[in-house]
Amino acid sequence: MQRVFKSLAEAPLTAKFGVTVVLVYTAVALLAPVLAPYGETEIVGDSYEVWGGTYVLGTDNLGRDMLTRLIYGARNTIGIAFLTTTLCFLLGSVTGFLAATVGGWVDQVLSRVVDVLMSIPSLIFALVLLTIFGLSIINMVLVIAVLDATRVYRLSRAVAQGIVVMDYVEAARLRGEGLWWIMRREVLPNAMPPLVAEFGLRFVFVFLFISALSFLGLGIQPPTADWGSMVRDNATLITYGDITPLLPAAAIALLTVGVNFVVDWFLHKTSGLRDEH
Amino acid sequence: MVAQRLVLGLLLIIAVSLILFLSVELLPGDLAEEILGQGATPETVAAFRRELGLDLPPHERYINWLFGMLQGDMGTSLANKRPIAELVGARFGNTLFLATYAAVIAVPLALTLGVLAALYRNGIYDRIVNIVTLTSISSPEFFVAYILILFFSVKFGWLPSIANLGDEHGFAERVYRLTLPAVTLTLVVVAHMMRMTRAAIINLLASPYIEMASLKGISKTRIIVHHALPNAWAPIINVIVINLAYLIVGVVVVEFVFVYPGLGQLMVDSVSKRDLPVVQASGMVFAGVYILLNLSADVAAILTNPRLLHPK
Amino acid sequence: MSTSNNGGGDSQFGDLLVEMRGLRIEGQADEQWHEIVHGIDLKLHRGEVLGLIGESGAGKSTIGLAAMGFARPGCRITGGEIIFDGIDLTTTDEDTKRKLRGARISYVAQSAAAAFNPAHKLIDQYSEAPVQHGILSNAEAERDAKDLYARLQLPDPDTIGYRYPHQVSGGQLQRAMTAMAMACKPDLIVFDEPTTALDVTTQIEVLAAIRDVVRQFNTAAIYITHDLAVVAQMADRIMVLRHGNLVEEGNTREMVANPQEQYTSELLAVRSFQKDHPVEVPGQRPLLEVEGVTASYGGGVKVLEDVGIEIRRGHTVAVVGESGSGKSTLARVITGLLPPMQGVIKFDGVEVPGALPQRSRDQLRRLQMIYQMPDTAMNPKQRIRDIIGRPLEFYLGKTGAEKEERIRELLNLIEMDPDTYIDRIPGELSGGQKQRICIARALAAEPDLIICDEVTSALDQLVAEEILKLLQRLQNELHVSYMFITHDLATVRAIADDVVVMLQGRVVEAGEKNVVMSPPHHEYTELLLSSVPEMDPDWLDRLLAARGAAS
Repeated sequence: MQRVFKSLAEAPLTAKFGVTVVLVYTAVALLAPVLAPYGETEIVGDSYEVWGGTYVLGTDNLGRDMLTRLIYGARNTIGIAFLTTTLCFLLGSVTGFLAATVGGWVDQVLSRVVDVLMSIPSLIFALVLLTIFGLSIINMVLVIAVLDATRVYRLSRAVAQGIVVMDYVEAARLRGEGLWWIMRREVLPNAMPPLVAEFGLRFVFVFLFISALSFLGLGIQPPTADWGSMVRDNATLITYGDITPLLPAAAIALLTVGVNFVVDWFLHKTSGLRDEH
Repeated sequence: MVAQRLVLGLLLIIAVSLILFLSVELLPGDLAEEILGQGATPETVAAFRRELGLDLPPHERYINWLFGMLQGDMGTSLANKRPIAELVGARFGNTLFLATYAAVIAVPLALTLGVLAALYRNGIYDRIVNIVTLTSISSPEFFVAYILILFFSVKFGWLPSIANLGDEHGFAERVYRLTLPAVTLTLVVVAHMMRMTRAAIINLLASPYIEMASLKGISKTRIIVHHALPNAWAPIINVIVINLAYLIVGVVVVEFVFVYPGLGQLMVDSVSKRDLPVVQASGMVFAGVYILLNLSADVAAILTNPRLLHPK
Repeated sequence: MSTSNNGGGDSQFGDLLVEMRGLRIEGQADEQWHEIVHGIDLKLHRGEVLGLIGESGAGKSTIGLAAMGFARPGCRITGGEIIFDGIDLTTTDEDTKRKLRGARISYVAQSAAAAFNPAHKLIDQYSEAPVQHGILSNAEAERDAKDLYARLQLPDPDTIGYRYPHQVSGGQLQRAMTAMAMACKPDLIVFDEPTTALDVTTQIEVLAAIRDVVRQFNTAAIYITHDLAVVAQMADRIMVLRHGNLVEEGNTREMVANPQEQYTSELLAVRSFQKDHPVEVPGQRPLLEVEGVTASYGGGVKVLEDVGIEIRRGHTVAVVGESGSGKSTLARVITGLLPPMQGVIKFDGVEVPGALPQRSRDQLRRLQMIYQMPDTAMNPKQRIRDIIGRPLEFYLGKTGAEKEERIRELLNLIEMDPDTYIDRIPGELSGGQKQRICIARALAAEPDLIICDEVTSALDQLVAEEILKLLQRLQNELHVSYMFITHDLATVRAIADDVVVMLQGRVVEAGEKNVVMSPPHHEYTELLLSSVPEMDPDWLDRLLAARGAAS
């Protein structure tokens, strides 16, 4: 823990900024019911009331308090994105390690399936699948997790392939160790740095993906507060020069910038290079 | 090598068409029940099935669908009963126009900025570029789009915020109306593309043969042009193509914001209306373009690799 | 040859060409600068060849590049002067340095395959420096190139230049790179380990070629290597470096005959270790018998063909051969990683299954392996306790205090203090220490046979020698058998009882060391044996003369 604080103290300004943003967002997401002045779906006034006075940031198209919706939006959007990323990681890294460690036809089959899945742009594929399975949060989480797991698979497989050719893995095989032991004790600990960084990047990607879907009206459905759909619902205000709809969009951008800064610093520390794929 | 890649690309397209076709088959019940709803009598459902060709076995329907697609017959829309080819055709042209417009600005800009960042790496320019591009990558497209609208059309009134087009608009008018969407796409893509260019060039400049060239007293310009560039084609083409593919998909959100009648908007509308045949067809078009682009990157990489150009 | 004393050579060679005074260079590690060269003085005269020798980390390549006024990214020259023919390279501007490089000072890199640009033909890369520096026209340069290719005994000198780098072999590339360095007839060439990546038989040709052209054009050279026997053939004068400091400097013959410093003597003595005769255990069948093994990767070209070897208990068998001889494949077959297409492997008279998964845990336990690169042979995330402890637990079921006690015993056995090292990770150990831990891990399984795959070739020579002595002591105490896979005949001389010589997947000669290593030899064994450089500075001359007479 001390080491973390020490290296953080030496980190560049952008990394400190990123860490602060991530911590603040996490706190807001966890404490949403305490921090929010009103209920998540409570209609408190007329639609589109202006800033200041009773409602700090005004009200939205249905007369719900904007600040409250923003705070709950943090909880919903971040929570769902985090859940999706975790699922996508479990699926992608286990299959990726398996393919690299076992090799042979297991690798061939998994890799060809992933090739095909990745040859369809993920937003397009997600739209097709959501049409078929219907628009719901659970469907969206599953669809994005599966589609994005292909990228985690590619990375985990590549990282693990770099590790399984090492003599220490061969030594473990020669010793007679089982597959699970090799994956857990030899491969995983050495694959951690790139995977941790990838988790950050994946989270950003998933978060933007969900926000885009919600913005298109195909993601998180009303009345759940969510940043992407908040932009969509209040977009007309822009044409009057009112920046209220930009607030949730800025909230999205700030978090993703923060996470990216942290990942950038982490990659710089662990490898000195940032992989651009 | 090239032939092998092309066959692989063809297989990929067939696999993708199968997936898109079969995923509709996963529907509980079938399309006819789905559309007519629960109240429909079995007779109407059966009649409707015949009309849609759903009474045929799946493999025949797949073959019919695939060959229909190849001949430009994509079936009819459920929402408005119009031929899908007609809907998709015009809108696909619009999407390509927007994507090309953005690419024409983005590609030269990104390559220049990326090469400069690589040459002056770790300098102040490089650091600023790093922060700016990271921020830009992290922002949702609609955020960038609305900020541009706020300033350039609401505050200054220079450009239109809605990119609606009709047949009556000439080329210049189209370019003018599409400036904001194209700039939005450019901003997002340039960041990605220049980061990748920078990484590719830095990777290249670390090669021992580049060190050798400078130990031979070759000038910096000549090292870049004569030693780095011939080996840089493959990575650079790769960067360009990945980002063109990204552009084609990235248009979906941008088209929606600017109410631009492109394929992306058609697809989003059709998803909301559950107009499956249209979703299926536009999905196939997007995927086809995407695969073709990636395929051409692979082929270009093979064609520019000296080891493969001059085999032993 | 010169007979003058330290730093001299004035009597035979021309004017002073390069002089370094108090050269200091820093290198960057973990975002901090550390001094890696601590005030080196160096003098080089026209036409003189100076050998820089030292183990890894001695700073020899860094100093060599500094003679061109060049510091690699992550290095910087922080003090002293580098004067090349009156120009101080530490203060002069980039453009002046650029005009010197390639034209008057040139460089030959260790890996020619990486240092040639894959996109251009060899001859175009040759011509580039003279044409760009305005010394020759393209046609003149190409004519020169063909002439030099011929002098360097490249095959088809008139056409070989029109090939791309990946189209010619490693030894030929290295000679083509020497030709490229000679293109402007420079005053100085820096050779940075030019033969280290080559097989011994190829090394000879390259060494002879380099020496000939350097003499013909009376070029001064800095020859960097870790191999004292190689530098003894090449250099007029030698500087021995260690940790960025000068240990000893002197005329080659004098230094080889009469080293002044202990460290130099150790370097010179490194190939003198010889094992005692093995303890004979009569009347027993061989521990390992490999009979008629044929193997290939993925059913393609046969990498091994009808190979048979025998290893006796308590003996060391060295399997020698150059790259591509199939010696490492043989190890993979014996360990079960590559099941043979034909043939049998018997352990203690009992046939064992060809494929690893079918072998019993006890069969696996009795055969252990030690690798070439101790860096990659241990999981960098595991502590020494876990690395040595795992085989104890896995094979022998030892746990808790019993396991802990045995780990400590093993650490003592390899002469490493348990209290200091048991909780470390591999990254906190030196190369030699890592290899010791690998030995301990193999011993933990209480094996009958240990396969040692080039176990000393990634180590510095003095460390390698210690590892060989340790292995020998362990064999004397534990009567374990070794199968030594190596390309290094010095190692064979040091440690083997029996020798198997391999060429292109077949065994060409096998038998007791004393028989195989003394005449009459098989033709290939003869070539291999005679190609190993010796400390005697006249060795290369005698060898070339002998080979010239024979052909």
